[in-house]
Order: sequence, then C-alpha cells, then structure tokens
Amino acid sequence: MNKTNSTHTGNGPLIELKGVTKVYGTGLAAMRALQGVDLCIDPGEFLAVMGPSGSGKSTCMNILGCLDTPTSGTYLFEGIEVGNLSRDQRALLRRHYLGFVFQGYNLLNRTSALENVELPLIYRGTPARERGARALQALEAVGLKGWETHTPGELSGGQQQRVAIARAIVTGPVALFADEPTGNLDSARGREIMKLLTALNRERGITVVMVTHEPDMAAFAKRTIRFFDGLIDSEEQRGIA
Amino acid sequence: MLWETILLALREIRRSVLRSSLTILGIVIGVAAVITMVTLGKGATAKVTSDISKLGSNLLQVRPGQGFGRGGMRSTAVLFKMDDAAAIDREISGLAAVAPGASKGTQAIYGNQNWSTTVTGTTSAFLQTRDWTLDSGETFTTGDERAGRAVCILGSTVRDKLFGKQDPLGATIRLGKISFKVIGVLTSKGQSSFGTDQDDLVLTPLRAFQRRIAGNTDVSVIYVSARDGVSTEKVKQDIERLMRERRHITAGKEDDFNVRDMQEIVSTLTGTTRVLTALLGAVAAVSLLVGGIGIMNIMLVSVTERTREIGTRLAIGALEREVLMQFLVEAVVLSSFGGLVGITLGLAAASLGARVLSVPFIFDPTIVVIAFLFSAAVGVLFGYAPARKAARLDPIEALRYE
Repeated sequence: MNKTNSTHTGNGPLIELKGVTKVYGTGLAAMRALQGVDLCIDPGEFLAVMGPSGSGKSTCMNILGCLDTPTSGTYLFEGIEVGNLSRDQRALLRRHYLGFVFQGYNLLNRTSALENVELPLIYRGTPARERGARALQALEAVGLKGWETHTPGELSGGQQQRVAIARAIVTGPVALFADEPTGNLDSARGREIMKLLTALNRERGITVVMVTHEPDMAAFAKRTIRFFDGLIDSEEQRGIA
Repeated sequence: MLWETILLALREIRRSVLRSSLTILGIVIGVAAVITMVTLGKGATAKVTSDISKLGSNLLQVRPGQGFGRGGMRSTAVLFKMDDAAAIDREISGLAAVAPGASKGTQAIYGNQNWSTTVTGTTSAFLQTRDWTLDSGETFTTGDERAGRAVCILGSTVRDKLFGKQDPLGATIRLGKISFKVIGVLTSKGQSSFGTDQDDLVLTPLRAFQRRIAGNTDVSVIYVSARDGVSTEKVKQDIERLMRERRHITAGKEDDFNVRDMQEIVSTLTGTTRVLTALLGAVAAVSLLVGGIGIMNIMLVSVTERTREIGTRLAIGALEREVLMQFLVEAVVLSSFGGLVGITLGLAAASLGARVLSVPFIFDPTIVVIAFLFSAAVGVLFGYAPARKAARLDPIEALRYE
C-alpha cells in the first residue's frame, strides 16, 4: 500500500473507471447494473452522483468505495487496479484512504459519540491516547464539541450524521464517499451537512463523492453526473461558487 | 490488538447486560454443577478412605469362596473351622491377633424389649483385630471361650434398645432361645460411611455361638491383624500358602477362599465412589454442553441483530479475521465469565453440601482450572460459527440490512 503515494503523480486522476460493467446473477437471470462506465475523478473534486433508483449509481458507488469489484473493465485508484485486490486488501485500502458516510448514519448504538469516532482508529492500531485526542478534534471540526459522551439515541439526526462524518474524516482520508447523506434529514439540516462537506472538501482537499436524489444538495458539488440504465447519461460542470 | 479486542468485547457485553447474563446462565449452571459434583465426590471418597483406615490398615480378612472378581463369590466353598484360625495363629509369624468369626441375625430380648441384631461368635482377639474398645465391663476370658459359656458383649445400639439408660452389666438377655449374661459393652463407633450402624452387634464366645445359636461348628471369616511393621502382603501370601495346604488345593487350581487386606477393600470402595463421581460429572458436563449451545444461539441472534454494525465495521476497513476475532473473543469472554461465576457458585454449593452430608470439603484446584478452561473452550467452539458468519458478511448487503 505504500506504493500508492509514489505512483500517484499529483496531476493524474485519483479515480479512473474504464469500461466498467457489473453483472449480477448469470444466464437469463443476469442483471446488468453497469454497462461500461468511464469516469475520471481528480483529487480534490466534489462530485455529485444522481439518477433514478436502479440506474446503477449505487452499484457504481460500491465499486468506487472498493466495497465491490467490477465484473469487467478496470478501476484504478491512485493507479492501483482495485479489481485485482483481495477482499482483505480492499479492506486495508478503505481503512487507510477512504471514509464513508451513510444515509442511515450507521453509528453503534449505546456507544458514545467519541467511541464511535474512535472506531476507525482502533482498526488502524492508533494508540489509545492519540485516538481520543484525534476523535475530539474530528468532533470539534463537525461542530459537536461538548457532545462527546452522548450516545446516538441522545442526538438528533443532523447531529448523528455529523458524528458519522467525524468518524469518516478522523483518519484523514483521501476520498470520502457519501451515500445520500441528507436523505434522512430535513432541508435545513441537510444544507448544514452539505456546508460541512463543502468545507471539508475545500479546506482539507478531501475528494468527496456523493450520491443524492435532491438537486438542491447536488448543487453544492462542483460536478454532477447522472446515471441512467447503467450508464452515465449526462454530466454537468459548475463553476466554483 | 488482542487487548483492544477484549476491551471492545467487554464494552459490547456491557451494552446489553440482561442478554449477556441470560446467555451465560447455561454455562454458569453447567460449571457450578460440575464443580459441586466433583468436589462432593472427592469428599465422599476421602471420607470412605479415612473411615476404612480407621478399621486398621494392617487387618486382613480370610473368607471362604473366591474374592470379588468377575462372576462374584463362589458360594459352594467349604467353610472354615476353628482349627483353621488356630493354625494361622500357630504357624504364621508376625501376627498381632487372629480371631475367627461366625455371624447370624438373631432377636435379642430383655424384659419386654426386643431388638433384631447380628450375633457374632468370636474370641476376645476380635476386639483387637477390629479396633473395638470396651466402654464398660470386660471381655471374654479364656475359660469363657473354652467352655463356650453363655456370656455376651453388647454393641452400644443394642444396649440402648434393650436397656435404655439402665446398666446392662450382669443382666441376662435372650439371644434367640438361649439366655446370655451381659459382661461388657463396646464403645460406640457410629455409622459407617455407607450408613450402616456399626454398633448394632452382640459378641459371644465362638463355641457358645456355634453350639447354642448356629448349631454347627463353622467359621465364616477369620480376622487377622499383622503386627506393626510387618508387611500385610507377606502375611497374606503366607496365609494363602497355609490355607491351600490345609484345604488340599493342588497346584494349578484356584483358591476356594480369599485373603483380602484393607488396601484392597479401600480401593474397591473408592473405585465405586470414583465411578459415581465420574457419572455425576458427566451428567453435569452435558449441561455445560447445553450451555454452550445457548451461547451459540444468542451469538447467532446477536450477529443478525448487529448486521448493520458489522457492515459498518467492514466498510470502515475491518478485516475478515478482525471481525471473526471480535465475535470469538466476545463469546469466549462471555463463557469464561460464566465459568468464573459457575466456579464460585459451585464451590459455595459444594461447601454447603459437604456440611449437610458431613463429608470433608476438598478444594481441588485442578478441577477449577479444568472447568475454567473448558468453559472458555465452549466459547471458542460455539462462538466460532456465529463469528464466522459475521466475518463472511458482504459489507454491501450488511449495510443495506434492515
């Protein structure tokens, strides 16, 4: 994994999909979720992924997030062919380079915000003392200073999603994948989350890839791609606001 | 990382205290049962051994028929006569006392009291061979024995039943149809470890017993007590040689009598209690197994319930083996904790039971260690399947799980 930084030229794309297909099942029951997707994402981009359900955007996100591998085609992450990696190697890639934010927050119940944020650091083998300090910093960055000891049950939806974002950024990831991060929130909370993601993207240079249904939320991104029937249907670039 | 994993598991267990306690209940009961059974079993064995050694470890018994062996005793063997006891006494060196004995269940009657007991015809050497002492009165004189006078010595139970608080010395009681004069009372020995009353007996001179009660001249057992420092094994061999000669057993034929020393009796009896202990322990071990299945059941439920959590952990970058480890450690921590609680409860129950059954409480660290390791092993064994299920989850499916 150490090679990654050396192979990355700085100017090249962070993520490159070439003719990626994904087929579920075999024979007549085969379902072609992706039918040859080409996509480049540069470091520091903020990309919104839209499209109706079943259009392949979630499948594409799973592949981009290294949770799944393409049936054919190549996926290069910082020049590394993800399709050739084993399950454990992909887990290590996620552990060290990626962050995830989910629609349903997916925090551990009955576990304090601080402990939730510490979780990825535990898998990285960060010493306990450093872990606490970094988790506190991350919580502060998402505006939840003073809420460390609260459990998810004691936090509002917006606060829970902030904890989840803190958990995703505590490791200092290269890219952050957000799957409908505002899907469970009202528009005011949703905008707060989007501002937070935008700030993280601008200030820390974290590449953000976000799936969303809401054009309002997609408007925060610099670039929006739309999926339709397993292909990228349209692409729209927005000037830096 | 292991320490982290254990802390993580403890945190997880703390998150659902009630479920965790219910999960380990089976293990707790299983371990407690094993510990109690085995500890009490050991106590009982120790009590039997010590009781028997009270009879005198240098005692041998010579009986007609074959020893305890496959097929049991042979009942057709010729009984001994008084001469046999005399011959042993005369021809074998290193003996402290030799007492012939013959017994019969008989009614003992005094006034309007009557009590069914065992009358043993013997000599005063009997007291020495069987470790009896006199509480009051005296034992048979040589004259009593030669003439077969109708005198008797009472065990304390018989004294209590017939005389109550009265002094029995000099009184005349009837044993069957014959009157015997009471000349002594034995000191009480209490119950034997098998619950029989050792004090329920009446002793008479052997000749008096043979002539007036049994109506024959048979001797059913010869008690031999070796002098201190003399090997009972050597005495045993000497007696066997002598008796083969006297009973005309040709070389190559089996003995039609047996000589047993207390060591053998002890090992026979402790063997029996050991088998019983093992059986009870095995039954308890089954409950431990059931406890293990309980853990597996709850762990499987827990894995299903925490599918999304597992999905999150996998997405964050947990390796398959780390998730496996987490659930395995959780199962082992649970089951070992159950083991510890079970050991504590088991020892408490055993010490209580030991008091109730009046057997010594013997703390055996080996069985405690084994029980603990076994409960931990149960955790590994029954935690593995659920842990593997968790580790093999597809993160995408797991994250989507409702």
